[in-house]
Amino acid sequence: MNETLKNTGLFAIIAALIIFTGFQQSWNAALLIISMGLISSIMALGVNLQWGFAGLFNVGIMGFVALGGLAAVLISMPPTEGAWSAGGWGVAGALIMGAATIVAAIFTMKRMAKGWLRTLVMLAILVGGFFLFRAVLDPSVAAIEGINPAQTGYLGGLGLPVILAWPVGGLFAAGAAWLIGKTALGLRSDYLAIATLGIAEIIIAVLKNEDWLSRGVKNVIGIPRPVPYEIDLQNNVGFVERAAGFGLDPVEASTLWVKLLYVALFAGVLVLLLWLSQRALNSPWGRMLRAIRDNEVAAEAMGKDVTARHLQVFILGSAICGIAGAMMTTLDSQLTPGSYQPLRFTFLIWVMVIVGGSGNNFGAVLGGFLMWYLWVMVEPMGLWLMNMITAGMSDGYWLKDHLIESAAHMRLMTMGAVLLLVLRFSPRGLIPEK
Amino acid sequence: MDFLNAFVALANYVLVPGIAYGSQLALGALGVTLVYGILRFSNFAHGDTMALGAMSAVLITWGFQAIGLHLWVLPTALIALPFAIMVTIGLLLGTDRLVYRFYREKKAKPVIFVIVSLGITFIYNGITRFIIGSDDKNFADGERFIISARTFKKMTGLEEGLAIKTTQGLTVITAIIVVVVLFWFLNKTRSGKSMRAYSDNEDLALLSGINPERVVMITWIIVACLATTAGVLYGLDKSFKPFTYFQLLLPIFASAIVGGLGNPVGAIAGGFVIAFSEVTITYAWKKVLGYMMPEGLEPDGLVQLMSTDYKFAVSFVILLIVLLFKPTGLFKGQSV
Repeated sequence: MNETLKNTGLFAIIAALIIFTGFQQSWNAALLIISMGLISSIMALGVNLQWGFAGLFNVGIMGFVALGGLAAVLISMPPTEGAWSAGGWGVAGALIMGAATIVAAIFTMKRMAKGWLRTLVMLAILVGGFFLFRAVLDPSVAAIEGINPAQTGYLGGLGLPVILAWPVGGLFAAGAAWLIGKTALGLRSDYLAIATLGIAEIIIAVLKNEDWLSRGVKNVIGIPRPVPYEIDLQNNVGFVERAAGFGLDPVEASTLWVKLLYVALFAGVLVLLLWLSQRALNSPWGRMLRAIRDNEVAAEAMGKDVTARHLQVFILGSAICGIAGAMMTTLDSQLTPGSYQPLRFTFLIWVMVIVGGSGNNFGAVLGGFLMWYLWVMVEPMGLWLMNMITAGMSDGYWLKDHLIESAAHMRLMTMGAVLLLVLRFSPRGLIPEK
Repeated sequence: MDFLNAFVALANYVLVPGIAYGSQLALGALGVTLVYGILRFSNFAHGDTMALGAMSAVLITWGFQAIGLHLWVLPTALIALPFAIMVTIGLLLGTDRLVYRFYREKKAKPVIFVIVSLGITFIYNGITRFIIGSDDKNFADGERFIISARTFKKMTGLEEGLAIKTTQGLTVITAIIVVVVLFWFLNKTRSGKSMRAYSDNEDLALLSGINPERVVMITWIIVACLATTAGVLYGLDKSFKPFTYFQLLLPIFASAIVGGLGNPVGAIAGGFVIAFSEVTITYAWKKVLGYMMPEGLEPDGLVQLMSTDYKFAVSFVILLIVLLFKPTGLFKGQSV
């Protein structure tokens, strides 16, 4: 069988699965799977760039995705009235002072001669800077969080169109990636994994606890949309008439139309990124990265700057994850820091890349759709399986209750098992690297 | 100024919890460092190995409690511990046989091992939640305190109380015993010496007739003992909740790296460094400073450097600093 035919067949199977869901459940559900599949594919593309091209192991995808979500809030939400004058400038000043402290410490380290005096001066700068930072930050934060805490209690955003947040989300993620890459790249490969694991936890902790920034666990809801609202469409005479022309009632037509618009937007981003990734893969730069991945020592001997290339690709891949994160928050219209879990946002993406075929961009896209479909379906399937197993047991028997209750945890095991099986028996994935 | 009260307050809120937490981290980091030294990869499944071991201990403890078996004032979990260790040993050896051995024979890159261990993490985590659920489980019993704050106040007549929980005392004593036995094993026995030889130089060890599969097996057995003990002690001291163990991974890795990966002494030192930094930075110093400062100069605020929600940030920052300035760790670990 020729390769193109096989790959087209694989994509066709996924399309068939989704169309089947459309007929069997509802087209709304099918469109939702498609839009999340598109977002997952973009994340998988980013990870594929890091792992497939360069062999970098990033366990902090969740953090980069969450930073993208934060960008969606900071760009598109309307600014909270009075928050900037109450404490916004104080917070900004404190953050600048914090940054200045760190810069001053680095400057001291570079300029002064090595010795106990340098250590002492650096410590003094850092400690003094920290207390100054807190002294300015704390009252401002209290002032911001005091403004109508039930509704706002945070700085709010800039009130710009939410689409702008997508590239900004990428920039945020790139910034965090630069920090991590700068410290952990060039050391053993495991260190990058551990450092990314750490930054992801910390980003989530910041989102959960810094109420002035992201409202914390109170969540930001009602993020403006790039597409029209259903209710406006239903009140639009022209739209209702067109819907009637298709034989649809206005409510269903409006929900479908909104979802279709999202799918079109996301598909546009995916196609653009896929095209760029393909270009990168087949460029001298892409070939150099793969050469580094396959034999670091030889590449270094040829005069390639391994650490710098790694840093580049790590930042690019993380930025793509940030873009996808901003898109996801846009789709949800809300930022819920409590919902970011490593299983869903780090591990699932990894399974997508490895199942799809690491090193192949189309593989990553295929894996994104396939694993997202499975992810949605595993829970009902697990419940169904448990109901089958326990069918013979009497109601109220403890084992029956326990098994049915535990069906929710089936996802963890299924995803772990899928990863291990693919790695063992088909390590090149569904669409192998050429 | 009141040094005595200040010291007691410090001991109560910083020293005692710090030592207990440090011992738990040290036991965890020892497991990570041993896997790193012998099998040469960072084992992401270690946190969930601890969770699974602790879960077996919880289940066995409940069984003992149900048949009325108690250990006087000590927690029943102590009798359950050896049985739980057996379960964990079986689990780890099974995992090694089914999963890791294949990659070892293929001489796969370390990063593949790390990914595989991440897969194992989620399977272990799934099993734990599947069997015991994801809620808080309480399995501590016996006497709660060695000294309660009130007894201490009555004994000394001081304003501040010093409370030492039984689990804290137990943690420290168990950790000391485990570490002494471990070091005796590594330094004095034939198997321990072959382990160290294998860790230092694989090829030389093979040439001198050391059986690598045996070394790996012994390593997993020791790791199972360490992980279960650490998991049970942490569960007794705080409370048993499956997902907390995944979050413990970061401080544990930080301890192992700060000390120098592959170096057991470093793992212990690293555990205490991380634990004390975490506790001192997230502790509200108001009380201690209140006693220490001259009259009228007492602090108004809590004097808390960082809220406890950021305790992971502390281990992370220490990790970054060590990676930046001394990637081999405080005690010289293996290659960077």
